[in-house]
Amino acid sequence: MRHAALALVLAVLAGCGGGGGEERLTVSAASSLKRPFAAYGEGYPGAEVRLAFGGSDELAAQIRQGVRPDVFAAANRKLPEQLFAAGLVEKPRVFAGNRLVLAVPAGATGVSSLADLTEPGVRVAAGAPGVPVGAYTREVLARLPARQRRAIEANIRSSEPDVGGVVAKLTQGAVDAGFVYVTDVAAAGDRLRAIPLPRSLTPRVAYAVAVVEGARRPAAARAFVDGLLRGRGAVALRAAGFEPPPGR
Amino acid sequence: MTAFRVGLAVALGVTLTFLVVPVLSIFLEAGPGELLASLGDPSARDALRLSLQTTLAAVAIIVVVGTPAAYALATRRFRGRALVVTLIELPLVLPPAAAGIALLASLGPNGLLGGAIEATGARLVLETAGVIVALTFVASPFYLRQAQAAFEALDPSWLDASRTLGAGEARTFARVAVPAAAPGLLAGLALAWGRALGEFGATLMFAGSLRGVTQTVPLAIYERLSTDFTGALALSAVLVVASAVLLLSVKLLAGSRALGGARA
Repeated sequence: MRHAALALVLAVLAGCGGGGGEERLTVSAASSLKRPFAAYGEGYPGAEVRLAFGGSDELAAQIRQGVRPDVFAAANRKLPEQLFAAGLVEKPRVFAGNRLVLAVPAGATGVSSLADLTEPGVRVAAGAPGVPVGAYTREVLARLPARQRRAIEANIRSSEPDVGGVVAKLTQGAVDAGFVYVTDVAAAGDRLRAIPLPRSLTPRVAYAVAVVEGARRPAAARAFVDGLLRGRGAVALRAAGFEPPPGR
Repeated sequence: MTAFRVGLAVALGVTLTFLVVPVLSIFLEAGPGELLASLGDPSARDALRLSLQTTLAAVAIIVVVGTPAAYALATRRFRGRALVVTLIELPLVLPPAAAGIALLASLGPNGLLGGAIEATGARLVLETAGVIVALTFVASPFYLRQAQAAFEALDPSWLDASRTLGAGEARTFARVAVPAAAPGLLAGLALAWGRALGEFGATLMFAGSLRGVTQTVPLAIYERLSTDFTGALALSAVLVVASAVLLLSVKLLAGSRALGGARA
């Protein structure tokens, strides 16, 4: 009996240790990277890639609190640069671009432009100010005339912790419109429709990635990052609709 | 034998350390002055006020509807009663994320009853009312279970005597059963209140997160995590203290109920 229990405990521990002595690579990534990173990590050569998705700000806060993934990929430059300045990650590299759009449920006709968001009673979801998608949204709003900005801000009904929350509020029909990345609209299949924002308002969305200081597999982590810039990772990013890294 | 005793002591020590150190760290990570200062932040105040309002509303609904429901379960025998009891207790073990999905699938705009709710002109998702619905859903089994047990523990002869003396069913419930079961009912209320105060997942999924409208304290803690760790600690400290007070009152009420039982 006791031996059976012991064997069970050992089996569980071995299960946690990963398959057959293969290297394990832990990657913390922005929620919006879910699709391309899952594709890139699937069957990744030489290592078992473990992906943890969340709001970039939340993942950065975890690293500041001592969590040590091998790689950190954020939906902006600011968070990895801040961690770099604090000596917590290696020099970040910009690896992809994206576009912020206004998304509406596919069949809905109520909202067809940014101006429609100022109408009273229109319900809007946005990211919380701390998460990149929310910060980009506030950049857009800040470029609008003050009256228009205030009217839209008054219609924001939920500040979601990550872009996945905004998409969920849209697909559940809880809101009429939401600010998300164009890649999220593509990932939602035919459930959402993207309304492009005027060029003059569009913020430059750049994704930066860094190897975390103290990573257990620094060489493998650097190879993973390289693959995002040129290689299978870059291919997966383009396939999911991400743009090449924007210039500085 | 001594080895076994040492083992017991070690197991207890490990358990205590593991459970207590994280909670204590909330108070030790930042100084008390810093914690108090963070609570002066207007958005922290909004979250505390909203949590107080929504949990009070949820607990009021739970008590008003749940007390007679629990009385019915405790005093009536009918076919399928065991099934009803199990179904009512289900939210007790339901993961909050599943509770959130369940609420969306039933009461959300695209849910089973979404059209009917919209037809009445009411709105739940992304509204304070939605928070109250989520809290009521997850917290009510805690009250129902306790209340049912409290009613079942009453001596049936009291209720019979009351009825024999001509008090009638309703009067017996209100004047005899509820006062006699009061300590158990209050303990259930405290447990339900504690669960409602801590609710996170179902609220976020069903009601969203908006300052002053749907952002309760747990949601405010989550939003602060990245930008204001001390603020997140301060709000967590408030929840820990509130939960401790509620737990303590449950313990005291359980004690007084034992006294009541001895007297009877």
